[in-house]
Amino acid sequence: MIHFVLLISRQGKVRLTKWYSPYTQKERTKVVRELSGLILTRGPKLCNFVEWRGFKVVYKRYASLYFCMCINQDDNELEILEIIHHFVEILDRYFGSVCELDLIFNFHKAYYILDELLIAGELQESSKKTVARLIAAQDSLVEAAKEQASSISNMIAQATK
Amino acid sequence: MNPFSSGTRLRDMIRAIRACKTAAEERAVVRKECAAIRSAVSENDNEYRHRNLAKLMFIHMLGYPTHFGQMECLKLIASAGFPEKRIGYLGLMLLLDERQEVLMLVTNSLKQDLNHTNQYIVGLALCALGNICSAEMARDLAPEVERLLQFRDPNIRKKAALCSIRIIKKVPDLAENFINPAAGLLKEKHHGVLITGLQLCIDLCTTSAEALEYFRKKCTEAVVKSLKDVANSPYAPEYDISGITDPFLHIRLLRFLRILGHGDADASDCMNDILAQVATKTESNKNAGNAILYECVETIMSIEDNSGLRVLAINILGRFLSNRDNNIRYVALNMLMRAITVDTQAVQRHRATILECVKDSDASIRKRALELVYLLVNESNVKSLTKELIEYLEVSDQDFKGDLTAKTCSIVEKFSTDKIWYIDQMLKVLSEAGSFVKDEVWHALIVVISNASNLHGYTVRSLYKAVQTSGDQESLVRVAVWCIGEYGEMLVNNAGMLGIEEPITVTESDAVDVIEIAIKRHISDLTTQAMCLIALLKLSCRFPVCSERIKDIIVQYKGSLVLELQQRSIEFNSVIQKHQNIRSLLVEKMPVLDEATYSGRRAGSLPATVSTSNGAAINLPNGVAKPSAAPLVDLLDLSSDDAPVPSSSGGDFLQDLLGVDLAPASSQLGTSQTQKSGTDVLLDLLSIGTPPAQSSPSTSDILSSSLDNKISVNTLQRLSSPSALSGQASLPAVGSPVMDLLDGFAPNPAMHEDNGPAYPSIVAFETNSLKIIFNFSKAPGNPQTTIIQATFTNKSPNVYTDFIFQAAVPKFLQLHLDPASGNTLAASGDGSITQDLRVTNSQHGKKSLVMRTRISYKVNNKEVLEEGQINNFPRGL
Repeated sequence: MIHFVLLISRQGKVRLTKWYSPYTQKERTKVVRELSGLILTRGPKLCNFVEWRGFKVVYKRYASLYFCMCINQDDNELEILEIIHHFVEILDRYFGSVCELDLIFNFHKAYYILDELLIAGELQESSKKTVARLIAAQDSLVEAAKEQASSISNMIAQATK
Repeated sequence: MNPFSSGTRLRDMIRAIRACKTAAEERAVVRKECAAIRSAVSENDNEYRHRNLAKLMFIHMLGYPTHFGQMECLKLIASAGFPEKRIGYLGLMLLLDERQEVLMLVTNSLKQDLNHTNQYIVGLALCALGNICSAEMARDLAPEVERLLQFRDPNIRKKAALCSIRIIKKVPDLAENFINPAAGLLKEKHHGVLITGLQLCIDLCTTSAEALEYFRKKCTEAVVKSLKDVANSPYAPEYDISGITDPFLHIRLLRFLRILGHGDADASDCMNDILAQVATKTESNKNAGNAILYECVETIMSIEDNSGLRVLAINILGRFLSNRDNNIRYVALNMLMRAITVDTQAVQRHRATILECVKDSDASIRKRALELVYLLVNESNVKSLTKELIEYLEVSDQDFKGDLTAKTCSIVEKFSTDKIWYIDQMLKVLSEAGSFVKDEVWHALIVVISNASNLHGYTVRSLYKAVQTSGDQESLVRVAVWCIGEYGEMLVNNAGMLGIEEPITVTESDAVDVIEIAIKRHISDLTTQAMCLIALLKLSCRFPVCSERIKDIIVQYKGSLVLELQQRSIEFNSVIQKHQNIRSLLVEKMPVLDEATYSGRRAGSLPATVSTSNGAAINLPNGVAKPSAAPLVDLLDLSSDDAPVPSSSGGDFLQDLLGVDLAPASSQLGTSQTQKSGTDVLLDLLSIGTPPAQSSPSTSDILSSSLDNKISVNTLQRLSSPSALSGQASLPAVGSPVMDLLDGFAPNPAMHEDNGPAYPSIVAFETNSLKIIFNFSKAPGNPQTTIIQATFTNKSPNVYTDFIFQAAVPKFLQLHLDPASGNTLAASGDGSITQDLRVTNSQHGKKSLVMRTRISYKVNNKEVLEEGQINNFPRGL
């Protein structure tokens, strides 16, 4: 099972955190600090796994972002690399060649996508298309609600003029 | 409009935060935003609630406190619209975790949303529940989730399946409700449902044996068939990853088969063919294929024995191990560690490659490989492997040396067949990475050296050579200093030469040089310096020619700011200067250290601490043999502790020897024994940190038990019936002046006025052979001075001749001994000797008397020496 997902920039800034095991706020800050120290300093040719507090952290760097997932000792590290890649491809498809800024300004969207991919630290969907379809459907629900709201407020505005 | 009011858009806030140049600026922006959001919260603003929560999430991600936003999540979840719920649930998952009480408030909303007509809202609720539900919520909402496992839309079914995993992890009792619906999910065609259903089944099997049995019986064949289907499926673009259809599904099917096949021959049999197919047909040039192979190997290793498949699996690992990709090599090492229990021989074949991996540039791989090597070591390959590891120690990274030394030392200790090899290897490790060696490792080395009497000369000479080249390795220096202190003369006279050795010429002053350098190195710590001082003391005796020089070195530490060193310096100096006659006895070689007790101690089990009196000499804390005569008793032992000698067993010795922090010795109460000679002196000399003299009656009772149990019993009796005695003793002394002041007319307690108050007699010392009774009286007009009349009685059937009683007191007391009434003590209590002692207490009224005694006499021309300490003086003397 995946205990948490971290997205850290090369400067050590947190871009996304998702915790599937309970960690207090204090522990979370500590974990992020420890892991950024451990991962950001590793050279480019080294393997994508670091052992940490009896767990393994699988990480992969995409441009300026490190995607990290913490798993148990006996989980399949190579599969986690595939899951990370899966996630990145979906993000890429959604934002259209995703970059760090997309994830900063639309961080909530990144979370929505992650929620369609993982629940309770387990993989939910292996089809990128399905995830994209589900996100699009929910986005359009939000858009529809917005339009409705603005049309109502327009009507109210006109009525009160 | 204020750009930082809650009217700013999320995007603008993020921009403002990103524009900050310093952390202080950022804090200011965040503070303003938080203030605006707080006021919006308190105004119960509806319009911008979702925007405020989004901002809070961003602020939360930056690490600022956002607890005030928790209730906002609940409000948004409770509102009707999808956009509000979506952001509300996201906030709930980000800002709260399962341990917060607030979470309970959301249960009702969750329940409603799980029954919502909009399937996306149901999905949101399932997602939140799966990520953060607590045990209580799991119990409350399990029926809803169970129902949703059969929901018409597969996307809800898959979410419900993962949500069920969370529920059964929180409340394992609920597992049985999910067995049937989970089995239903395995028949699905939708990959998402199949993947999540498999995962649910896997987790059910680990929590419930019943589930495992059920799935094994009903589902094994279906799962095997699913794996066949997906492995043989034609190109499916939706699920394709580098030419493989849905590796995630592959992996979960294999994982489930592993659980079904483990410990069940029939089920294992059923899956042989497909496992062989996956193991041989899967493409291994991409990560996805390797992930499947990795999972497949693990399944083959776990299911019931099939030698053909095992060979296949080990071969895959061999291929992995020689792969250029570090990730693949890492997992290969990882897998080989698990395979070692199944097939050691097969893993041994890859030993050379694994050893190469220990030297890899990647820390993760090195660590795995080292652990694997550790498991691979056996009697036949230990020598070559150790050689490799030690050679690598020279060039390895600093941060890897710690692990590497620990493992190497552990291998050497575990597999050493002969002592010379062990000592050689340890010296090499110490020379290369002495600073990384743990204390217990070099302690163990010293124990081994001490036991290998034929290798003392060889060891000390090797250490001498090693320390010349690697003098900066702390623990090497310590061991060398210890050995030179103990076996210094063998360094000079080349005693015990082994055939393999090249003779070296070392003079006495060369040996002292080593220690002088060690003690003066700026990086030497307290332990090393303290060890050096002891070694110097020992050498001062062994190398008389260097005695002056050693004294000079020792004297330099008289002014040390470290109390420990200062004390040792002063004490050793006085031993060297004033006590030539006993010095050689004092610094004799340490007796052989007991390996068994030491290893017992290391294993964490304290050896029985009841020591016998004949073991006492061996177990002296500093290991110096006891001197037969101790003229310096009076000189040295008085200002010091009253603690009983810690009856140390072998394991203590090093702590005590080096020990700056002796545990309060009184904790060893009851295990101490009457020491018949100058051991107390030695303890005082060489050990530090024992508690200072105590004079309260309760502690003296405890302490006096080190003298003789009978005395303490007496004391206890005295204390337990205090009214008569102490009333008599202390009331007049303290009470009468007060009474005089207050009431001049009251009848004086005249009876005591003249002679001072009366004190009860005490039994100061009693053994089977001798009894001493003290009678007290006060000198008239001088309350500080007590006159003690000591009466000695011989309880044995033999006459004692040359009877001498000596006593000594701490500095605050003055003692004057009058001549005794005789020096021959008749047998069987037939007559006695009396002697008067005059004690002046400069701290009268504050401290009680305390005294050490030494009695020597001759029985049948044999000298007998008895020592004791008297702590049971009545108060107020």
